[in-house]
Amino acid sequence: MSELKTTPLHALHLELGAKMVPFAGYDMPVQYPMGVMKEHLHTRAAAGLFDVSHMGQVLLDGAQAAVELEALVPQSVIGIEEGRQRYAFFTHRDGGILDDLMVANRGDHLFLVVNAACKEDDIELLRRNTALCRVVPVTDRALIALQGPAAEAALGRIVPVAEMAFMEVAVRPSDFGELWISRSGYTGEDGFEISVPEAAAEDFARRLLAMEEVAPIGLGARDSLRLEAGLCLYGHDIDTTTDPVQAGLTWAIQKVRRPSGSRSGGYPGDAIIGPKLSAADVDPDDRRRVGLVPDGRAPMREGVELFESESAETPVGRITSGAFGPSVGHPISMGYVPVRLASADTRIWAEVRGKRLPARVTDLPFRPATYKR
Amino acid sequence: MKYTEDHEWLNLDGDVVTVGITDHAQEQLGDIVFIELPEVGTQISKGDDIVVIESVKAASDIVAPLDGEIVEVNDAIVENPASVNEDAEGGAWFVRVKVDDTAQLDEYMDETAYKDLIA
Repeated sequence: MSELKTTPLHALHLELGAKMVPFAGYDMPVQYPMGVMKEHLHTRAAAGLFDVSHMGQVLLDGAQAAVELEALVPQSVIGIEEGRQRYAFFTHRDGGILDDLMVANRGDHLFLVVNAACKEDDIELLRRNTALCRVVPVTDRALIALQGPAAEAALGRIVPVAEMAFMEVAVRPSDFGELWISRSGYTGEDGFEISVPEAAAEDFARRLLAMEEVAPIGLGARDSLRLEAGLCLYGHDIDTTTDPVQAGLTWAIQKVRRPSGSRSGGYPGDAIIGPKLSAADVDPDDRRRVGLVPDGRAPMREGVELFESESAETPVGRITSGAFGPSVGHPISMGYVPVRLASADTRIWAEVRGKRLPARVTDLPFRPATYKR
Repeated sequence: MKYTEDHEWLNLDGDVVTVGITDHAQEQLGDIVFIELPEVGTQISKGDDIVVIESVKAASDIVAPLDGEIVEVNDAIVENPASVNEDAEGGAWFVRVKVDDTAQLDEYMDETAYKDLIA
């Protein structure tokens, strides 16, 4: 195995007593001494600081950036107002999802945040498919997420952020250099993601961690937080074998890019995804991502097979994420089932350690988000 | 008190041994959210999986440290799995086993040897 990469906050994680694990090629904190459960609850009650510097930050520079990016994603990129960002995904010509990302319009350029495990492929994809704009990977900045109800007050002591609404972006000068801030995150909480110059990242994190409300949070709690919020983890809940309709991500495809929209199609996989976006002809054998709540207390984790009855021989689906949800107080899972079994309250059976255990299909999210709209 | 390499503690009283996990084990597992215990009356053989423990991180098993019969289980930890994180070497024991041959305990470590193992 090749050497693990480290983020600018690596030494700080060790100093804070983090348990480190390999993740997407990086040595990352999975938890701190507080433990996953308390870290999760702390984020929902106050504010959690997450090192997400392993994620890819990329600038798309040039007047045609939005036009060129629209050829790779089914989102309206041209329609993103200056100072705002939007959730998007790169699609494959087979209709699958290559990666999901955030796209911010920062006036004369776009700023993208992509998944760590996909960033090299994403940059390659962008370079191959853009002729008129420059693809500039940002490699000298850390990325820190500050999430939770106290995030605004905490970050507000360093730079003014109270005026920002959910999915707005801003560039602010600070004691730690220029901060690139978005009001967003991946926990279902209000909060921010802050890109900070590498050299000042540790000082910036220390300044936040010195505040009473702020605690460092590892990847373990990040996973249970995003799962409670019903958010997909790339490589688990979505990948090249799941299209956006199956994944329940059609809310992220704007009208203008759908069939009969003025910029309809024109992205990889449009011939497969486009027709599926018209609700009239749903194939009952197609599959859908759903939430699942076990009747009992045993967590149903990734890879667990799903069955239509207690005795059915052939699985009809599979769990893609599963954990105990500390805020909801019971185990929760996401997985794929046939359309005919995808409505809320449908009974489904999961095979855990050779035993069929009942679960119930449920609407997502498991816990409503608290974004500042 | 005896200890296994799987981080179980064994406390013999007559021919009944109480089985739990060590404080070190609960710390490694992290927050425990689910426990499944065997039924009283189950005959067990050394090496059988007898208990399932799920933490926020993963599922793991407790294996039978010796041959015998389950004579009592601690239902309180099923109701409150987190109690194992708080009191692993006290009230949060798992099962009591009537052992076929108490000499089976001889192979296990004493406290000093176990402390060396986890040091």
